[in-house]
Amino acid sequence: MKYAYYPGCSLEKNAAAYGDSFKAVTDVLSQELVELEDWNCCGATEYFSLDPLPAYALLARNLALVPPGLTDLVAPCSACYLNLYKTEHHLAERPQLNSDVNAALAEAHLSYKPGTVRVRHALDILVEDVGYAEIALHIKQPLRGLRLVPYYGCFFVRPGGLGSHNPEYPDVLDRLLETLGATTVDFPLKAACCGGHMPQINPETAYGLIYELIATAASREADAIITLCPMCQLNLDVYQAQANDHFGTHHSMPVLYFTQVMGLAFGLSPQAMGFGQEFISAQSILDKLAAPPPPPEEEPKKKPQRSKKALPMPRKIETGQVR
Amino acid sequence: MANEQHEVTLYDQVAAIPGGERLKSCLQCGTCGGSCPSGPDMDHTPRDIFAMILAGKREEVLKSNTFWYCVSCYYCTVRCPQQIPITAIMYQLKHIAAGNKAYSAEATAFSQTFINMVENFGRGFELGLATQFYLLNRPLAAVGMMPMALGMLTRGRMALLPTRIKDLNGLRAILRKAKQIARQRDLEAGVRA
Repeated sequence: MKYAYYPGCSLEKNAAAYGDSFKAVTDVLSQELVELEDWNCCGATEYFSLDPLPAYALLARNLALVPPGLTDLVAPCSACYLNLYKTEHHLAERPQLNSDVNAALAEAHLSYKPGTVRVRHALDILVEDVGYAEIALHIKQPLRGLRLVPYYGCFFVRPGGLGSHNPEYPDVLDRLLETLGATTVDFPLKAACCGGHMPQINPETAYGLIYELIATAASREADAIITLCPMCQLNLDVYQAQANDHFGTHHSMPVLYFTQVMGLAFGLSPQAMGFGQEFISAQSILDKLAAPPPPPEEEPKKKPQRSKKALPMPRKIETGQVR
Repeated sequence: MANEQHEVTLYDQVAAIPGGERLKSCLQCGTCGGSCPSGPDMDHTPRDIFAMILAGKREEVLKSNTFWYCVSCYYCTVRCPQQIPITAIMYQLKHIAAGNKAYSAEATAFSQTFINMVENFGRGFELGLATQFYLLNRPLAAVGMMPMALGMLTRGRMALLPTRIKDLNGLRAILRKAKQIARQRDLEAGVRA
């Protein structure tokens, strides 16, 4: 399928590993991405915090830039996805907001008609449009032996309190990782918050949330946490050392994007998938995959026959025999 | 609407957003605060805030740190048994507090710096954001941020220069107009005097 593509600011640089690996896997799966011409920042959670109407207008400009003929707009960053999704829905539901936003767009000779664009997350197009069965056909190096945490965060599962996923216990990423051959870790915090912008607002709050996620993953002997959002990756990876310092712990938990491990499973090179850009090295993952597979488990020995001399076992009483 | 007979209350201003009037149906069950990642650091949990709004404690509400600590995770919104749009109310409280300058400048510093980057370039610019925010607001913490910034640079994860969109003038015109309409709507809803 052909999609309009909104990379978002993070994927340009800090989450380049996500952007590069997403493009690579869509290539393997023959999906076409058409980047929006001259897109602008989504405003993260910051613009909505202070001034909602300009925030909606900022986002509607991106919706207005979707080329005619394309209906689906893909955003891999969950914060961009939340904002675009929320804006599209609110414009459709609120006529006054829609006319105000379009009055603002008209200043740059743009307009947007609600309902014409479907905002999708990168994970959704891969599992819903391409599908697990098709993805499985492209696997060259199954992720056998890896114990991965499927971590969803907030915005993918609860975009503005809307959305179609289970807001508490989603499973699409679990199923994708299992399709790739990995073992998934049952993770009670899979849809919990990574701290968002809290490292800047109140670092202690953020460290507490980061610590909970990392420590829980470590206690379940995970090899890595798999994310689908640049903010989650940034908080769990880049701030992991600070959270360790704050709590006196020594965790070293790699945090990767789902598209990076998907690329590995498709036989693409770790370098092309952006391995090495993470703060907590994910070399252990690559080593584990490169290691020869463990010898197959020995056939369980046959159960020894009961000795004929042993005392008789109690027999089951047939119906009717009970008095 | 603002008129002489009826002074606009904080409740009226919150109820101005779609679903905001559901605030009145709050059961005081506390699911919101119990679900909140920042709950323990808030000086009032969302449940308290709702009771305070309904009790007319305007100043105490607007001076609390509650909504500034909201990370917008939407757990409370999906869990509220009364379908109160709690996260949206937190956004509205930020907007009201900001419009009435009822906060310490630090509360909005990060958001404002971020918005400035967007308005200057049309794109986010992390190095500019971090430098401006930390030097102006937390000069001491800035020193501690250096190793992280270096790590980001050496891994190619941070740009040294901002990227500007082509139609920056068009974007600014859109935002200017949107702000002008927003002021008008805020006056109508009594969010701003």
